[in-house]
Amino acid sequence: MNKTCRIINLQEEYSQLFKENISLLENGAPEQMNVLRAAAFDSFISKGIPSNKVEEYKYTNLQPYFKGTFDVAFSSDGAINNNSEKFHCGVPNLDTYNVFMINGWFAQQDELSTLPKGVIIGSIRDKAKEHPEIFEKYYNTNAPVDSDAMVAMNTAFAQDGAFVYIPKGVVVDKPIQLVNIMTGENDRLIFQRNLVIVEENAQVKMMLCDHTISPQKFVINNLTEVFANENSIFDAYNVQNQHNLTTQVSGMFVHQKKHSNILTNNLTLHSGVTRNNIRVTMDDERCESHVYGLYLSDKNQHVDNFTFIDHAKPNCESFELFKGVMDDSASGAFTGRVLVRPDAQQTNAYQSNNNLLLTENAKINSKPQLEIYADDVKCSHGATVGQLDDEAMFYLRARGINENEGRILLMFAFAYEVIEKIRVEPLKENIRSLVEKRFRGEFDKCDSCVVCGQQGSSVSCL
Amino acid sequence: MLVIKDLHAKIDDKEILRGINLEVKPGEVHAIMGPNGSGKSTLSSVLAGNEKFEVSDGHVTFNDKDLLALAPEDRAREGLFLSFQYPVEIPGVSMVNFMRTAVNEHRKYRDEEPHTASEFLKLMREKKKLVEIDSNLTNRSVNEGFSGGEKKKNEIFQMAMLEPKLAILDETDSGLDIDALRVVANGVNKLKSENTSTIVITHYQRLLDHIVPDFVHVLYKGRIVKSAGKELALELEEKGYDWIKKEFED
Repeated sequence: MNKTCRIINLQEEYSQLFKENISLLENGAPEQMNVLRAAAFDSFISKGIPSNKVEEYKYTNLQPYFKGTFDVAFSSDGAINNNSEKFHCGVPNLDTYNVFMINGWFAQQDELSTLPKGVIIGSIRDKAKEHPEIFEKYYNTNAPVDSDAMVAMNTAFAQDGAFVYIPKGVVVDKPIQLVNIMTGENDRLIFQRNLVIVEENAQVKMMLCDHTISPQKFVINNLTEVFANENSIFDAYNVQNQHNLTTQVSGMFVHQKKHSNILTNNLTLHSGVTRNNIRVTMDDERCESHVYGLYLSDKNQHVDNFTFIDHAKPNCESFELFKGVMDDSASGAFTGRVLVRPDAQQTNAYQSNNNLLLTENAKINSKPQLEIYADDVKCSHGATVGQLDDEAMFYLRARGINENEGRILLMFAFAYEVIEKIRVEPLKENIRSLVEKRFRGEFDKCDSCVVCGQQGSSVSCL
Repeated sequence: MLVIKDLHAKIDDKEILRGINLEVKPGEVHAIMGPNGSGKSTLSSVLAGNEKFEVSDGHVTFNDKDLLALAPEDRAREGLFLSFQYPVEIPGVSMVNFMRTAVNEHRKYRDEEPHTASEFLKLMREKKKLVEIDSNLTNRSVNEGFSGGEKKKNEIFQMAMLEPKLAILDETDSGLDIDALRVVANGVNKLKSENTSTIVITHYQRLLDHIVPDFVHVLYKGRIVKSAGKELALELEEKGYDWIKKEFED
């Protein structure tokens, strides 16, 4: 069932939306989800949708984007409308295990039979009820509901999403991909909540891709909590490919235990307004984390990556690299908070943010924020903002390569470092060619998705 | 092939070339020598089309075309090649991709079909063998982490790939050990024909033992102050530039 809400004053109507529909929100949702709603709602309402007066959202005022008249789905059949029947997924070159969501709600998935025994994948609503002991142990234990209004909002309103559980010692040989299709006949507000648990000594690689396939305005608040337990390996590749009317607030909150090794890579290839909240808590010794991102923006697009690496325990290593290419009047922000707590001796933390501004109107705010309370650590950070290298350009032209082709080669060269960090070979190839197409201007959202092969339809090619 | 008439060029309002005259015919090898700061590298940059320098006067024709009116890429496609004194490192652009783009742009300019992948790789193999370049170099990003010698060898390899009519070697010998110098010189000699010409810009006689010039010019204070046969290079090696300076000042 869909409800239409008209948001003008934010808190007022969001409050009303929650209170009027609390029974619909709770209907069929796991108990633990419902138990947490009220407190999360209070936290959300007391803070409100962040404006740029909130320090952590200084460069992205979300308030205007969360106003409007939106459909909100309060049940699966509300989210999965007629439009979404049309999608069909063929996977080029990528052998993956696919889970489809529509407007944040679980829609369908591939046969599970080929997956290793004990792996649980499905709708968070269903799986939480089948495995309450797992769900209740983890759900919302690593999401900063009290400090971030958008996390609180998600916890208050989310009703569905993906649940992924990899049992002890299991290595999932092919990547799991969560495809979220956004579609509808009216503008839409979407919530999605994913929970990923990688048990001791287990390994999994995931791809998340969010697509808009109809031309309406979409406002998305999605959140993924990840628990990487002892000696586990976890990769997440988030491919963001949406039309210009989309606003996405995407949370990735990773909790690490001893000897775990995690990688997140946010590839923002096309978007309207994107805010990525990435937080890694290294809550045990000898953790390793790799936090990467690539954002390619033009027109009036805006991408804000807010990262927080929490070195809570000694002997951990983190590697952070974000690169951006901004064209036209695109704007962006990067915040890299690294916290080394007092006991976290022998920490190695490296951070780098490099930006290429192609026009005078493009803008980036880069803000490294290192807070170091231990005395025996190695931490470094670097932020650069620059233009294409004239000397390299002349070198290319002196070999007969025209200026436009030279620009593409150099932009690609700039971006490649992040693409090289992808630990799934076929995905790396696909992203490589997609990024090149993006720079050539041949790419639009009508291109099939690199990950899921989803073809855009012409109407949605805004 | 190349006719330079009264060429003046400046950078930041400082005049560096102050009336260069030079004619290079097909099949000829010209050496341009001169003390530091005389304008040797400026001349090569201006000919290749580097926009850092402003041409304030003069004419250059290259195969009867007005060279100065052409964009750098069109000069290259017309057959002018500059071997850079300091080849630029471009991390992230692979040698293969770089050369394939360049070669196919040249082909497009001549209305030829682009090379297929296999044709291109075959061409690369042939040329690598011709100039004795290490296979590994072409598997890397353009000049990234290359030693000085490797960079210069790589320039000669690119020259072999692009088959220019006129090659300008800008201090290709500086910083080269004797082995790399031999490889570079052999490459240049193998690529030479009666239809192609070479301008060797150098400080020293050493390279000219391997690439024998038909003419030697001395550039001083932005002008060619002396031209002669190859024996002039030997004389310069022996006596230095002071006598030229003195002659010029007088």
